[in-house]
Amino acid sequence: MNDTLANTEKKTAYILTLPAVLLVFSIILFPIFANIWISFKEVELKDIRIPEPRAKKIVKSISDEPTKIKILYKLRNSSLIQEIRDVSFQDNFPKNFEIKNLDPRCSFKKYNLKCEFGNWPAKYRENFQVIFATNDGSKIDKKNLKSIKPKLDGKSDNILLNTNFTLKNFKKVLFENEFIDLLLTTFYYTFFGTVGSIVFGILTAQMVNQKFYGRTFMRSVLLFPYVAPVVALAYTWELLLDPNSGTLNSLLLNYQIIETPINLLGQKYIEISILGFDFKLRLALTTVIMFEIWRYFPLAFLFILARLQAIPKELYEAADVDGASPFQKFFNITLPQITAVISILFMIRFIWNFNKFEDVFLLTGGASGTRTLPINVYQQGFAISDIGMGSAVSIVIVVLLLMFMFFYFKLLGKRVDEN
Amino acid sequence: MRIKNTILFSLISTFFLIFLISIWKILATLQGLSINSFNIEIIFIFGLLISLAHLGIGDRIKSFYKSIIFSLIFVFCDGYLIQKLPIWYNVGVFLILYFFTNKISKYTFIGLKEEHSTQVILFDFLTLFGILFFSFVILFPFYMMLVTSFKTQIALLVNPLDFSINFGQDIKDLFKSYFVIFKSYKFGKYIVISTIVSIGTVIITLLFAIPAAYAVARLNFFGKTFLSTSILIIYMFPAIVLVIPLYTIFSQLGLRNSIEGLLIVYTATTLPVAIYMLQGYFKSIPKELEEAAILDKLSWFGIITKIIIPLSIPAISSVALYVFMIAWNEFLFSLMFLDNPNSFTLSRAIQYLSGDAETPRQYLMAGSVVVTLPVLFIFVYFEKYLVSGLTAGSVKG
Repeated sequence: MNDTLANTEKKTAYILTLPAVLLVFSIILFPIFANIWISFKEVELKDIRIPEPRAKKIVKSISDEPTKIKILYKLRNSSLIQEIRDVSFQDNFPKNFEIKNLDPRCSFKKYNLKCEFGNWPAKYRENFQVIFATNDGSKIDKKNLKSIKPKLDGKSDNILLNTNFTLKNFKKVLFENEFIDLLLTTFYYTFFGTVGSIVFGILTAQMVNQKFYGRTFMRSVLLFPYVAPVVALAYTWELLLDPNSGTLNSLLLNYQIIETPINLLGQKYIEISILGFDFKLRLALTTVIMFEIWRYFPLAFLFILARLQAIPKELYEAADVDGASPFQKFFNITLPQITAVISILFMIRFIWNFNKFEDVFLLTGGASGTRTLPINVYQQGFAISDIGMGSAVSIVIVVLLLMFMFFYFKLLGKRVDEN
Repeated sequence: MRIKNTILFSLISTFFLIFLISIWKILATLQGLSINSFNIEIIFIFGLLISLAHLGIGDRIKSFYKSIIFSLIFVFCDGYLIQKLPIWYNVGVFLILYFFTNKISKYTFIGLKEEHSTQVILFDFLTLFGILFFSFVILFPFYMMLVTSFKTQIALLVNPLDFSINFGQDIKDLFKSYFVIFKSYKFGKYIVISTIVSIGTVIITLLFAIPAAYAVARLNFFGKTFLSTSILIIYMFPAIVLVIPLYTIFSQLGLRNSIEGLLIVYTATTLPVAIYMLQGYFKSIPKELEEAAILDKLSWFGIITKIIIPLSIPAISSVALYVFMIAWNEFLFSLMFLDNPNSFTLSRAIQYLSGDAETPRQYLMAGSVVVTLPVLFIFVYFEKYLVSGLTAGSVKG
């Protein structure tokens, strides 16, 4: 009895979870494996369209002979690179039709025209013509004829499914693609974006955790950049930072802080000298990181604030009794209490910033030294149309992420053990 | 000690005042006033004098009168002796000064002698400074987005710093950018598509997630722990690595440029977090209710629809709002899958608009306002639900 109950429970559970599991697996897990497959192939964007045999039907009446009609099929292979094999053709006609000239490749039975066209090479084109007449002398309705669409079928190779593999993509990614530069840019972007957003998150959380007028309003405002659509925000920033008519540059010029506009999103390096040391700052990358921090510190803020509000008040009261200063309280009570949350945030933000595509894409499109790995996936796959290369870069991203997660959990595991 | 604190206090409060006045000046400049300098030196001297005078006078004058007097003196000097500016600017300066003198009124000469007062002063002013700084930094782009959408190309070329809105003009001229994007760029259609996609995603996600979350929360079955741990790991997987395979598969299946395609992808990407959030809540519902229902021979369908769903409306709403927001804001997949202007979502339409260098920026900003407003409205209105959603599902990038 118990056994059957457990069994029905199991069955129910599988029925309940199956739809979700199937969907997630087919849309998220399957593509990851498909990526591995594609990354070992030489595939370009144009290869992935399946070649189709196509026919455009043109109906022409023959002058002085209303009972006869000429039908022209413009046949073609939709693909410019692949052949289609065993093309078959079918079209239906009204019951009173008789065929006048039958092509040797075709047969006409039961008012159905069937043809076998054999193989069509790439770019193949043919004008195929048939003449019909009605056998009862009635007039021909051209519109009706046109509305019947011919059916075509054919076989073709799907480049994605054959088993020709190559290591070319990975060689290109790792050795010809300015890989080190790409990696460094991605790392700078990820690391400084993550650290910056956490630092600002701590500051704002600490701030909002105090009592002041308009505190709940402040909390909503702080989350605005995180909840608003990235497209709107990125274009607003672009407009603010524009070198020609952007508000920031206009303001700085107006107050005579700068003499010539700075192209914050379009200039790769800027020379800065501090205390006699000259160094080059990656300007566009810095701006993009600023945007990143601006957009994602609210998340850190939310997490840290939730943690701060859970710290027992007694701890601070005891510190007050001991005469601790505000900074002592912050460093000795608050900070130790939020380290766990910070380490989780660091991991989450690191992974997500590492994969961030939209922000950089919308702000700079990957130009002026802001090309990160995700941007490279897009550029290889869609701008250069090399799907195989794009997949190979994706695989590199996944491998790097797995490595990061491995080390992160190893370190974290150790720390937990020590405690 | 007292001298050091006095100096520190007057310096910090002065810097705070400079910051306040500078923000006000930036905002005034953007209303088209010609202010070419922050006059930092003069404000610095005034600020220092005010804070020192405040300490010196102490309680001899009521703090309300003190604030008024200081503010008036400042406004008089700043407004009439240094710059000739409209009256609303001076009213603003007066209010800022009043706010400032009120803020410093709790510091007294005696108080500065207390232990840690250096740090207390620093902490207080850093908090104040932080509140204003972050409000400004966050709201400024939103403000610019809004005001730019009401300007015209010519007005912005004449004076790129004049963002004042002329409310006197005809409504049609004022909202011209909005009329244009709805008429010439079919934004009405894009709003409909975005809404259908977002609400559709919410409905399908909930349909799939509620039963799955119930199973994970309540039933015992082989692979349960594997399932619940893989949910979050899957969620961490980056969208960018899914793009190429999905693009190829969708191309071959003819799912690109279709709402169905977007719905499938959005649902799949939001499902893990929806399940995770819901199962956490379902676990908190007392089991006894279901046991009673099982005795009444209710099927699992009955249990879910008659007991679980009515009891978890708050959790379901927060999941729904969160999923709606993700779908509404989504950009990467809409960029990849949509290239026919007839099937664009709002985000994709704005990006398409910006691809044309000829597009005036006020149209772009009007579009941005149109896509941002619903989200901000929903966020402010349902903040309680959304914040819990954000914290629970915050792994979303």
